[in-house]
Amino acid sequence: MKKHWWKIVGVLLLVYIHIGGMFIEVPRLNILNETARALYFHVPMWFTMILLYGFSVYYSIQYLRNPSTDNDLKSMQFAHVGTAFGILGILTGMLWANYTWGTPWHGDPKQNGAAIALLVYLAYFVLRGSLDNEEQRGRLSAVYNIFAFAAMIPLIFIIPRLTDSMHPGNGGNPGFNAYDLDSRMRMIFYPAVIGWFLIGLWIVSLRVRWKKIQERLFDLEDGKI
Amino acid sequence: MTNQVLVHLIKKEFTLELRRKSVISGIGLYLFSLIFICYITFSLRQNSINAATWSALFWLTILFSVVNTVAKSFIGERKGLFIYMYSVASPKSIILSKIIYNSLLCTLLSLAGFALFSVFIFNPVQDMVLFVSALALTSIGFSASLSLISGIASKANNSNILMAVLSFPVLISILLMAIRITKNAIDGIDRSASIDEMLNLLAINAIAVVLAYLLFPYIWRS
Repeated sequence: MKKHWWKIVGVLLLVYIHIGGMFIEVPRLNILNETARALYFHVPMWFTMILLYGFSVYYSIQYLRNPSTDNDLKSMQFAHVGTAFGILGILTGMLWANYTWGTPWHGDPKQNGAAIALLVYLAYFVLRGSLDNEEQRGRLSAVYNIFAFAAMIPLIFIIPRLTDSMHPGNGGNPGFNAYDLDSRMRMIFYPAVIGWFLIGLWIVSLRVRWKKIQERLFDLEDGKI
Repeated sequence: MTNQVLVHLIKKEFTLELRRKSVISGIGLYLFSLIFICYITFSLRQNSINAATWSALFWLTILFSVVNTVAKSFIGERKGLFIYMYSVASPKSIILSKIIYNSLLCTLLSLAGFALFSVFIFNPVQDMVLFVSALALTSIGFSASLSLISGIASKANNSNILMAVLSFPVLISILLMAIRITKNAIDGIDRSASIDEMLNLLAINAIAVVLAYLLFPYIWRS
């Protein structure tokens, strides 16, 4: 029980943000209106994705220092779940854009950056798929993971800030900044980020355990153990 | 000692390149065919191409020819050569020599592409100095990223497809910066407007070179 408290916290936070996010009043802002509630569900997806990818890169670095299947497995699973959150982030963003910008895909720099981030990790999975030797697969994909993550940083954090964007929080648009995010929204937004991240971690830990059990079953079938 | 090895390795690349004339003429012909296709498909009728389309076509051509050129730095080399190189030089000097050599090759290639574009299509660039320095900077970034990725892709089965798939997302940020500087150079805007982009490009190059230098030994080991 002591080990699992963070999972319970994660679930409770998600229950809280679903109820609070749907029913608590949001400030009346032009164009945004009720879609401001997307803040609780769309923005945390990206935060979680970046954090999970960060962990994936961390385990890749660990793998290069100390090649063990454990590090490789973790790095892979963090990337997997991060990508799932990224896809959800794109889908929720498209849903939101459909009502505020008029089209699901507007060609906004943030949308393009997100799409490229996903492309990088899809390429990472293709790379993993095309290498047969387990040790080589771990090493090469770790190298690509670190390199691609570093190349992605300017794309996500710098270039959108250089260009004008219609995304809330950019170019004087209302939304995600200290002045418009009133205290009621903050009370749900910050827990939402933590809650989604904890859920992401939980999914990763389940996937890691599942893969380990699967490996062990294969070994048992082969009579290695 | 390491400097000597580096100089020797770069010399080796040049001598090998000059000796295998079919490869270098193949690259030249690839570039020429790409530009000729652009000319046939877009510019045959006069005035059907504007400055924005010019820049898009130019960078697409450079991207494809550079990817194919740098890809051969590790893909398609004989196994015996790898083992020999492994025994005589450290991986760090190998990747540095590849990056320096490929940067020079890419710069030459982009300059040749630019010359061909001016002949066949037209030359909208007003600020030549800015444009050429942007070409040189992007060449360094391209060659650093592509040398590393070529090393990764050479170990896999379907290396040619993998080369494109792995490199395109990584190159996009360099390409975006380059396209912006090109736009400024075409419009002839004051150079102070492009300083941010140039600095960004320099920073991305620095990241790419440092990471390639640090990570390459791990690829080389097998």
